[in-house]
Amino acid sequence: MSAGLKTSSTIFAALLTCLAAAAPLALSAYDLNLLARFMSFALLAMGIVLIWGYCGILSLGQGVFFGLGAYAIAMHMKLAALPQGSVPDFMMWSGRESLPWWWAPLESGLVAVIAVFVVPAVFAGLFAFLVFSRRVGGTYFALITQALALAFATLLVSRQGATGGFNGLTNFSTLFGMDINASGRDVQLYLVTLALLVLTYFGLTMLLNSRFGLLLRASRDGENRVRFLGFNPTPLKVAAFAIAGMLAGLSGALFTVHAGNISPAMVGVVPSIEMVIWVAVGGRYSLIGAIAGAIFLNFARDWISSAFPTLWLYFIGALFILTVTLLPSGLAGLVTQNLRKTPAAP
Amino acid sequence: MDFALFVNQLFNGLSVASLYLLAALGLSLSFGLMRVINMAHGEMLMLGGYLAFLTLQIVPSPISIFAAMVFAFLGAAFVGALIQSTLVRRLTDRPLDTLLATWGVSLILQQLARDVFGPIGVEVRAPDWLNQSIQITSGFLSGVTIPSARLFILLVTAAVLAALALVIAKTRLGLLTRATNQDRMMAAASGIPVKRIDLIVFCLGSGIAGLAGVILALLGPVTPSVGQSYIVPAFLVVVMGGLGSIFGTTVSALILGLISALSQIFVDVSAAQMLILVFVILFLQVRPQGVVAPQSRTLDF
Repeated sequence: MSAGLKTSSTIFAALLTCLAAAAPLALSAYDLNLLARFMSFALLAMGIVLIWGYCGILSLGQGVFFGLGAYAIAMHMKLAALPQGSVPDFMMWSGRESLPWWWAPLESGLVAVIAVFVVPAVFAGLFAFLVFSRRVGGTYFALITQALALAFATLLVSRQGATGGFNGLTNFSTLFGMDINASGRDVQLYLVTLALLVLTYFGLTMLLNSRFGLLLRASRDGENRVRFLGFNPTPLKVAAFAIAGMLAGLSGALFTVHAGNISPAMVGVVPSIEMVIWVAVGGRYSLIGAIAGAIFLNFARDWISSAFPTLWLYFIGALFILTVTLLPSGLAGLVTQNLRKTPAAP
Repeated sequence: MDFALFVNQLFNGLSVASLYLLAALGLSLSFGLMRVINMAHGEMLMLGGYLAFLTLQIVPSPISIFAAMVFAFLGAAFVGALIQSTLVRRLTDRPLDTLLATWGVSLILQQLARDVFGPIGVEVRAPDWLNQSIQITSGFLSGVTIPSARLFILLVTAAVLAALALVIAKTRLGLLTRATNQDRMMAAASGIPVKRIDLIVFCLGSGIAGLAGVILALLGPVTPSVGQSYIVPAFLVVVMGGLGSIFGTTVSALILGLISALSQIFVDVSAAQMLILVFVILFLQVRPQGVVAPQSRTLDF
């Protein structure tokens, strides 16, 4: 990447940040809430750029890590609103009288925040290690992650008494001792999300331009060559996948706070693969592209599926086909095509 | 444990394995040749199911289920040909992009089915001779019930497997397929029309999935998303089976089908699903190449 382009994209990012920071002044409360949700998705989308664009790992199971973060914070919010020693309403309906052991620690806000970051990262890292250390990758990895997404969502639905089942968790009132519905809270939460988004963007930019990022790209383009040069690609890929998992978890937690609910419908096979299309449309090699893809596609979804409910699946189906065949580097690829040579597809 | 329950589940497992196998065979053959997975393969099952429904609507006779199989095979093979020649062929050497593009096809086909046949699904009434069951009431197998539909599934699967093995082992098409599977460049250099082989094998695999759809229709209603519930385990069968091997695919379908059914004696369906996934990941620790490893000196397949 040339020095000139680097500065120009930093300036571009800074401008976008200012624009986004001013959004609460211009948008209605409803639109601001939507924007905040979709910006949470953008965190996950940047994780997909890291693993898919720069590492060549296609994950069709990011919804699982999204769900781990989302359920961690949702469980905390459920517990925080309860008097000591009682169980959430849905557990009582299922005839459960005591909390499952894995609920109890989340009563503490600190534990919940740590869990949002650590649980998805550790789970993603462990999963990736088991698969990558045996040099299974590519299509096989994608299929295994899809099976993981299916198993995770089915498990959530079937354990009604412990997870809220099909309806998931909802009706939150407090977060870290604050009233979540107080006026002005939505703007604060939006700004927190924006700050995390900007931090992640610059953090990932630095990471991708480091030696680590270089090795990731090298093992994407020729894993065995990297081995012959004396590097072991497995820990690199595991680390990248764990980071993407952590971002997905954070994304899930933020989404849950903004949306006020989380259910298995958000974490299964179909949502997981839709997360990939955000990035495919935005541009798998571009962080800004992924952010834009996540935000615009979700606004488009909101608009199309309310105006023409049956058209959405045709639209997204066609989008999958057309982006991948005609525009493999996404919209960002179109923009940067004239500025520099886009990274070759793996 | 109740022995009869065990035998019943064993038999259930065999018929689940049969469905996994029929769904996975086409995927596995094409994967061996082109290194791509068609994510719309599950919709070939769905298509087969709807074609069975239409056939039985038009010709309601006890044996029209066989006509349905023929139509389902041809219909699914035709749609497979369309997908291969318009989409998959364009994405050579981009296996991950093929996954995404064919997923798009899958979404469109599901929505089409929803618009044409409605979201609830249609019921295919199995002919009477398939609605019976063999019950053993005495002896040490007492309590074992074998529905004839499940027996039928086993027979059909065995027949398909035998026919396919025969085609691969004995015909000229099979010879060319094996050659392309072994070394694509060399095969092309010796004048084998590898692109046409790709297309034919893809059609054949889609057709088999269509056939499996007819069988699915005998077990439950055909819904727009009926393919989805069988295709994910079928993907795992392919992952575990090894590159393009019919034998490997059969063995892994059997293992996963039996694990799924037998574990359901102790746990519910969702836990069984998790168990299958854990098993596949553990299996890959021992044999990352799958049940049958391809013989090759190349490092990058």
